[in-house]
Amino acid sequence: MLTISEVLKEATEVFKDILDNDDIKLSPETTADDIEEWDSLSHIQLIVALEKRFRIKFTTAEITSYKNVGQMAESIVRKSAK
Amino acid sequence: MQSPYLAYSLLVKQLKQDKTGFKNIKLAILADFASQHYVKAIRAALISSRIDATIWEADYNSIDSSIISEHSELYQASFDYVVLIPSPHKLIKEFSHSSSPAGFADLRLRQIQHLLEILASRTRSRIIFTNYQELDDGVFGNYANKTAQSFLFQIRKINFGLMQLAIDYSNLYIADAESLYSSQGNALAFDPKLYVHGDLIYTLDFIAILAQSTSKIIAAIQGSFKKCVVVDLDNTMWGGIIGDDGIENIQIGELGIGKAFTGLQNWLLSLKNRGIILAVSSKNTDSVAREVFEKHPGMTLRMRDISVFAVNWETKVDNIRFIQSVLNIGFDSMVFLDDNPFERDIVRQNIADITVPELPEDPAEYLFYLQSLNLFETASVSTEDAGRTKQYQEEAGRRELQKSFVNEDEFLAGLDMKAVIKPVDSFTCPRVAQLTQRSNQFNLRTVRYTDDDVKKIMVNPDFKTITVSLADKYGDYGLISAVFLEKKSADTIFVDTWIMSCRVLKRGVEWMVLDEIVHAALESGFKYIDSEYLATAKNGMVRDHYKLLGFEELDASGKYRLLIENYLPGNNYIEKTGDYVNNKRSIKGSY
Repeated sequence: MLTISEVLKEATEVFKDILDNDDIKLSPETTADDIEEWDSLSHIQLIVALEKRFRIKFTTAEITSYKNVGQMAESIVRKSAK
Repeated sequence: MQSPYLAYSLLVKQLKQDKTGFKNIKLAILADFASQHYVKAIRAALISSRIDATIWEADYNSIDSSIISEHSELYQASFDYVVLIPSPHKLIKEFSHSSSPAGFADLRLRQIQHLLEILASRTRSRIIFTNYQELDDGVFGNYANKTAQSFLFQIRKINFGLMQLAIDYSNLYIADAESLYSSQGNALAFDPKLYVHGDLIYTLDFIAILAQSTSKIIAAIQGSFKKCVVVDLDNTMWGGIIGDDGIENIQIGELGIGKAFTGLQNWLLSLKNRGIILAVSSKNTDSVAREVFEKHPGMTLRMRDISVFAVNWETKVDNIRFIQSVLNIGFDSMVFLDDNPFERDIVRQNIADITVPELPEDPAEYLFYLQSLNLFETASVSTEDAGRTKQYQEEAGRRELQKSFVNEDEFLAGLDMKAVIKPVDSFTCPRVAQLTQRSNQFNLRTVRYTDDDVKKIMVNPDFKTITVSLADKYGDYGLISAVFLEKKSADTIFVDTWIMSCRVLKRGVEWMVLDEIVHAALESGFKYIDSEYLATAKNGMVRDHYKLLGFEELDASGKYRLLIENYLPGNNYIEKTGDYVNNKRSIKGSY
């Protein structure tokens, strides 16, 4: 089973690739406010890329309700365990 | 099979490429959904065709109002293209409120036609209408096909109506979202979550596919399209190796996996009938390979379908270069099909611009893979296209003859060229006007004349005109050169226009024409022939034309003069069968 830190590590690579910014380092507390390139447009791209990377599907409610990267990572851990 | 399309995340990375030297176009995008991703995707897709697009995006959900309002930003700039992407989800909403479902498509088509009329009256933009993904609402099941009350019936009717509108409106093109969608499937092309959350009617990857496909329409209109397919023979055109297996054992038609190759040949024939030139390049003995095209009962393609048959033991690269020189087209308009990955790589490495599809290992997949690539997007189809094969076969015959002669003079003598020389008349007037308008390379002053202009010149006593029609033993070139001479003073005549089709370069036509000019001038008692070279971006090939013909350069601005009494006729190998003064004479090699 994936751990939160493994998810964060892989998700960091996804964020770097999609947002084209190698300085990104995700922590559980990271939010969209912390990363300049993370806007509503790139948010969709990130969701799609994370779904592909972890072979999971988010629900509509989930993608609008995560408060920070930590919550999203927990959700990925849960989903990929199934 | 490998997808020919880039995924969204890879596609948009192309946006970072350097766009210097790219063609600039202006695009307006009007969509019924959140189109920001589409805008990024099409800009990125156009970069592959060396096009740098400036894009204006209409407000969300404002297709109709953007077109109808006179003050719309759509009319503030002159856009080269207006891309419309309506949503089937919006359509279904309207349908569910419709008071007469059976008349829904007709009403919608009338509205679309109205919008097209407005666009046509206010702009000269080309319009790309993205058709509807044929969403099935599941209300009727298969019975939807049996009742005009169903949404499926109506949306299909709209898509069909759009095709008919595209036939009627020459400026209207259809981006076929429906056929792309059905090839990708719901699971890949639609994500309800993105639709509900982000108002995306397609997934990002499908948006990327749609944008890449649409960009090909634009590239084709901009002049970038394929004209020729060069096909290898063994294990590409047929199964097996003709040199080893023999004509009875190669797989075509019923034998072995021959069905795969027959399918490919049928498709190639359809392409040829549409105007794509077919050529063959293969390492084989010419007569052995030719026999298959002439005698094998299972072959769909015959020698008459092949424009250039380059079958020998030279390299594929040399043969493709030869084919290119015969056809006189760019490598970027050529496609090369070969089953051998090694040959494909060598061709790619040596000929940068040619398209070489990575054919799948299994011949059964060849046809379906090639069809999925959409290599042959075109912006127009004309009746002349179908006649092209014969024209190029004639040219290939000439090239073969040229190869067999070391000496240029012998080659020219062997062509049996015959020319008809006449002033412009009412029959040749349209063709001469067309030559003045289209010739860019062999055109000394690039003065463009309309039909009417040429008619006036025909009757103007100060003008003399010369036209040349040429034929040789391989075929007829038609009218290939025209000259207008204008009297400037009692002793001077001026070469106002001298143009020639590039198809007859290096045939000695210019010497024959000069001889005609001199005769015409002498006849009217002129002493000097004045002329001028006006440089353009495209006529560099005739920069030294007058110098080479023995004219004296008067100044650096491109003005030349020939003193007629100093004129020395050059050699040429063209027999005249009718000339300027109409006294039939036949001179061969005596200039």
